[in-house]
Amino acid sequence: MAESQEGFLSPKTVLAEMKKNGVTHVLWLPDSETNWLYTLMKAEPSITLVAVSREGLAFSGAAGIAAGGGKPIILIQNTGMLESGDSLRGWALSLNIPVVMMVGYRGYTRHGVNTDSAADFTEPFLMAFGIKYYLVERDADSPRISVAFEEARKLGRPVAILVGDEYHGFN
Amino acid sequence: MIQTAEMLKVFSRHRGDAIVVPGRGGRHWVNISTRPSRDLPLGDPAMGGHAMFAFGLALARPQDKVVLFDSEGDLLMSMGVLPTIAEHAPANFYHFLLDNECYATTGGQPVPNAKNVRYDQLARASGYQRSYAFSNLEEFTGAIGDIMSQPGPVFVALKVIPEVINEAIGRRPKWQTRTRVQAIQDLRKELGIGEVGA
Repeated sequence: MAESQEGFLSPKTVLAEMKKNGVTHVLWLPDSETNWLYTLMKAEPSITLVAVSREGLAFSGAAGIAAGGGKPIILIQNTGMLESGDSLRGWALSLNIPVVMMVGYRGYTRHGVNTDSAADFTEPFLMAFGIKYYLVERDADSPRISVAFEEARKLGRPVAILVGDEYHGFN
Repeated sequence: MIQTAEMLKVFSRHRGDAIVVPGRGGRHWVNISTRPSRDLPLGDPAMGGHAMFAFGLALARPQDKVVLFDSEGDLLMSMGVLPTIAEHAPANFYHFLLDNECYATTGGQPVPNAKNVRYDQLARASGYQRSYAFSNLEEFTGAIGDIMSQPGPVFVALKVIPEVINEAIGRRPKWQTRTRVQAIQDLRKELGIGEVGA
């Protein structure tokens, strides 16, 4: 690859953050920002990968896993998050579920000119639900993932990571 | 058609140590259950999520049986949950469906194609290895012991009599004795695990 390692977000870095924070289950629906994680997550024995067919199911699933003592993470795209509003409200916020949601930031550019209306509505949506969020675009940003886990735990509610980097090939 | 409360009384004799998520049967189950600390009567946090919630609980607690009383309106909203559950095939998951053919809590309007959907067949086609359908209590009573003694995942579709509510939401009697958060905390205490997220 032409770009330096520091210039993008490595799937190994993200997986290391998940393991460091004790994630047991990943609830996900593939998207173009996070699909590079699939092969690595699939090969990781400490993580159970739970594929859902609609993003709202990730929130009720995460609530069940958390209630039973597991530590879930949600991996979806902003488009799916927008459709999941009531599930997020009812299954995560109202049950005090401390889950980190990694959200593919489709349409985002760091230059401030979004290429898709999904990006335009992403941050206003999170603000409307009172959900804190962090932008992660490259490896140097990855410590924010641990910050999100810690805040979710302290607050007893979801915290979002916006993944602002599309994939650069599989692993 | 089956009376939900009578069916739950029969089921309770075979419950054992199972964790029960009573779903729309909750208002009856709170008066029947003898082990409330192993119950999660959540009411309706958000429609369409009960199956995935109970499945998530089953994934996190493989050592415990998890029983869900789902409803057809809830399942119709998220039918894609069936392949997800079947893919993981949790041996501790018992998925019962209360099918009253309508949205009882909004006045009894029929669900889509109310009388013609075979939920047991949908579950089987999605990958559940065992599925059943009952429309009378006698047959259910004869089969429930065997259903609960074998590994899951199993799907049990039950045709139940609608209990239609037309009362305004604010005037409906409250059947929940605990908040949802309290019910989860009670279960975790019962299971010997700490606060959520700890």
